[in-house]
Amino acid sequence: MMPSLSVTLLTGRTLRQGQGKEYGKLSERYWKSVATCEIDPDDLKKLGIKDGAPVKVTTSHGSVTVRAVKSLRGPHPGSVFIPYGPWANVILDSKTHGTGMPSFKGTQAVIEPAGGNEKVLALKELLLTHYSKK
Amino acid sequence: MTVSMTIIQNVTCPGCGSLCDDIEIEVKNNIVINVKNACGIGESRFLGYSSHRPVKPLIRKNGELVEVTMKEAIERSAQILARASHPILYGWSNTSCEATSVGVELAEEVGGIIDNTSTVCHGPSVLSIQDVGFSTSTLGQVRHRADLILYWGSNPWSAHPRHIERYTGFTEGRFRHSEWHKYLSSLGAYRSKKRVERACRLAEEIHEAAAETSLSLGKPESQQLPPSLYEKERKMIVVDVRRTRSADIADCFLQVEPNKDYEIFQALRALLREEELQVNQVGGVPTAVLEDLVDVLVGCEFGVLFFGVGLTMSEGKLRNIDAGISLVRDLNHYTKFIIMPMRGHYNVAGANVVSTWQTGYPFAVDMSHGYPRYNPGETSVVDVLSRGESDAALVVASDPVAHFPKEAVKNLVENPLVVIDPEMNASSLLADVVFPCAIAGIEVEGTAYRMDRVPLPLKKVVKPPKTCLSDREILRRILREVKRVKKGKGEVVANG
Repeated sequence: MMPSLSVTLLTGRTLRQGQGKEYGKLSERYWKSVATCEIDPDDLKKLGIKDGAPVKVTTSHGSVTVRAVKSLRGPHPGSVFIPYGPWANVILDSKTHGTGMPSFKGTQAVIEPAGGNEKVLALKELLLTHYSKK
Repeated sequence: MTVSMTIIQNVTCPGCGSLCDDIEIEVKNNIVINVKNACGIGESRFLGYSSHRPVKPLIRKNGELVEVTMKEAIERSAQILARASHPILYGWSNTSCEATSVGVELAEEVGGIIDNTSTVCHGPSVLSIQDVGFSTSTLGQVRHRADLILYWGSNPWSAHPRHIERYTGFTEGRFRHSEWHKYLSSLGAYRSKKRVERACRLAEEIHEAAAETSLSLGKPESQQLPPSLYEKERKMIVVDVRRTRSADIADCFLQVEPNKDYEIFQALRALLREEELQVNQVGGVPTAVLEDLVDVLVGCEFGVLFFGVGLTMSEGKLRNIDAGISLVRDLNHYTKFIIMPMRGHYNVAGANVVSTWQTGYPFAVDMSHGYPRYNPGETSVVDVLSRGESDAALVVASDPVAHFPKEAVKNLVENPLVVIDPEMNASSLLADVVFPCAIAGIEVEGTAYRMDRVPLPLKKVVKPPKTCLSDREILRRILREVKRVKKGKGEVVANG
């Protein structure tokens, strides 16, 4: 059985994400900077995931596979960080509790090593997987 | 061939809410070749703007986006908006106030909901400010006078990279000196400490006997605030759920548990009233540290609480801001203290200002009744989309497909979608009509509002491609066509 870990998912801005979006949402630079999940080094060890390997992040709203990154911002065991972008948003709740603002930070999630056929999708693949035009 | 080279000074950077207006741009043959004074984001903005850019309007035909004439794209967009019973007009924070102004007029004409990106940014801050008011100032006042800077739920090093350099810790003010030497020393010391810790961990793995050494170095941060916080010079505190780069250069970093900011603000307010806390810690911060922090807050001469979306996007949302504003109000009984939201998009403050001028409300304005209605939670765009109420959308200078949660995006893309944006993004890829436009602040002049609501001029540094109009002009043409269609002069065809 795959090891898994319950965590708090935070999303937010990073300098690389900010630069990547300015170079273009379709650029590889954006994909590399956003389709990632920063995980505490000890949590990575517990899951047996290597830096750069695909990790599956699941919430009650869905799953997404992103690249695991050993966090340089640690220690923050039990918290993982995905930069703002479509990879994070496909697993977040749209409820705003009467404020207009969804909860982009502090969502409960489970992380585990990605299976053999689960890869980090490029932007177009991600959109086609999750959305469709009528 | 004639080579034309110009250097344009004092350009305002359309990168983030700091709106740095000291950028120097070198242009050769209508291409930006060098950028001075900008941060990483600003430099990318000026140098990378043309990398993924269509230059002609696109319409989806048989499932594919194909190039069409401007006239055809305007007519199709007007048909979509005129026919819709509850359209959304969203975005506005990455363009000029002049474009937003036309957008509000268009929303009124089509009876739509006009909302800007503050709805998923500092919307809760706006709600809270409307509830309890706030004491604030311009960034100039902060630069010249502030001796205590708090960044709470905000990481300026990554999101507003020159904020510290221009307005707070690293700037030389009239009455406050730059403390960049001190910050660089503390950063160096922190990095050295990390290196020692890493070495000890490695030693521990190799020699189990070294565990004792590791334990002594691996203790949590001291429960005492650093002495520099009690000195007269400028000092900086960062409060966040994880140690960001901004935290690395601060005098003091307080790591709080996610979703516990409200409790900490209220604990600080209680301590300020000289009440005793019957707990050892609040939100992961020892009570002893909070007691010392209150002394530091009261002891400053001019304090500033900059707060980011770490407060608005986590549990509590607008109530976190209520508590923060209330703390600042309480502190003003003892010293001078102000509070300011760290606005992200470069003109999100301008979008709020323009919307307020023209409708009376800063965001989430519903025009479907023929007059403006404002009830965030009901009229805000994420809620409207999640309930599946809208039947068409116009997105200007934003990318909600990338930045809204899945349920909201589903409704957005299943209905006709018109996108006006300089570049192809996730929303453009799923749109029915795409207008590539000239870029405000690079190819078009305009006005933008800084995070402290000071208006600054956006400059034109290069000419746009001939086929790219400004978003303001595209909106004007759509508005004109919508009026024509509604008068019965245009043929209304079914959406889809």
